[in-house]
Amino acid sequence: MSISISYAECSARERLNRLVDPATFHEWLPPAQRVMSPHLAQLGVPCAFDDGVVIGRANLAGEPVFVAAQEGAFMGGGVGEVHGAKLVGWMRRALRDRPAAVLLLAESGGVRLHEANAGLIAVSEVMRALLDVRAAGIPVIVLIGGANGCFGGMGIVARCADHVVMSDSGRLAMSGPEVIEATHGVEEFDARDRALVWRTTGGKHRYLSGDCDVLIDDDMQAFRAAAIAGLTRASAISLGSLEAEHRLLADRLRNAPEGADAIALWQQFGVADAAQVPDLDAAAVRALRVV
Amino acid sequence: MSDMLPGIEVLSYSFTGQHRPGPFSPVLVGVVGSGNLEVMLEPADGPACTVQVETSARGFGEIWQAVLRDFHRRHPLAGVRVSIHDMGATPAVVGLRLDQAVSELKHP
Repeated sequence: MSISISYAECSARERLNRLVDPATFHEWLPPAQRVMSPHLAQLGVPCAFDDGVVIGRANLAGEPVFVAAQEGAFMGGGVGEVHGAKLVGWMRRALRDRPAAVLLLAESGGVRLHEANAGLIAVSEVMRALLDVRAAGIPVIVLIGGANGCFGGMGIVARCADHVVMSDSGRLAMSGPEVIEATHGVEEFDARDRALVWRTTGGKHRYLSGDCDVLIDDDMQAFRAAAIAGLTRASAISLGSLEAEHRLLADRLRNAPEGADAIALWQQFGVADAAQVPDLDAAAVRALRVV
Repeated sequence: MSDMLPGIEVLSYSFTGQHRPGPFSPVLVGVVGSGNLEVMLEPADGPACTVQVETSARGFGEIWQAVLRDFHRRHPLAGVRVSIHDMGATPAVVGLRLDQAVSELKHP
């Protein structure tokens, strides 16, 4: 019996090494090359040797894949100019080398605000590169389970992917809890209410509402198994599929109960005993999805 | 008011060591986060163990000197370049990260 290793508690590098086949990871622009942010030092903020993202290739269940991981502990995984450019170059290379899949271990608060416009442009370039990879028929799989969640521009990037895997402790959204509270007031959203935050952005909610494809426990082996299963999960985008998605979201918004909590939304989806969901483990929640 | 300039402080140290590790791939441990640091070890020419620290916590040069001197007593490395990015780690955390890096060097 092997000991369960928490995905959330691993660093980006530890996640990568445990996700792929042993000793197959090859890094591009490794720390010793010192490709770092040109902006942070001017603001008195220390740089990271890898600018908070690790990119490279590896094998996954024997298949050649491209893998990248964002380090949430460095500036909340914020996407700066170099960080974004590394992700873009990595995905453009996928267009040339045609790996079996592109896997992004996302953990990010979105744009690194210190780098302002350079970070915003970087995130939009990441989106474009991701959609180019998808259009080339290479599946893009995003895995979310870090303590910082996946927010802002990276939340959009995640939802551009073919396949999204989340743990129940992972979070995925556009504006983060503190941003919503700051802009709309604590009556609208209390960012310190952790149960509320996870009901609204957490893996269970994303799974029950169809925003992620797979819900797993916070366990490295579960992430590896889900990543392997995701290798064959390419989903083509068409005008029809986009219009169907827009109709679904418009209906959901129109029918949302006034001032509703996530529990009311789950009830509306037809989830049995929705109030119990926060107490259930991932396997029990998997059995409840009706969307 | 401090009369110190804002920004990163860069500190450099050099020690003369005896133990030269064999050829090795660069080692990176730790993350640049609040109260934390990253330490990279790379092979270098010459007999020295050089250390460059970039830190957001200015004015602690003497403490860095003491922590690194203790580290060099534990691990008298030669031909190694140590590079550190620090975000206000305490001396104990710095010592542990340095030992972790040497451990990775010996048992990759």
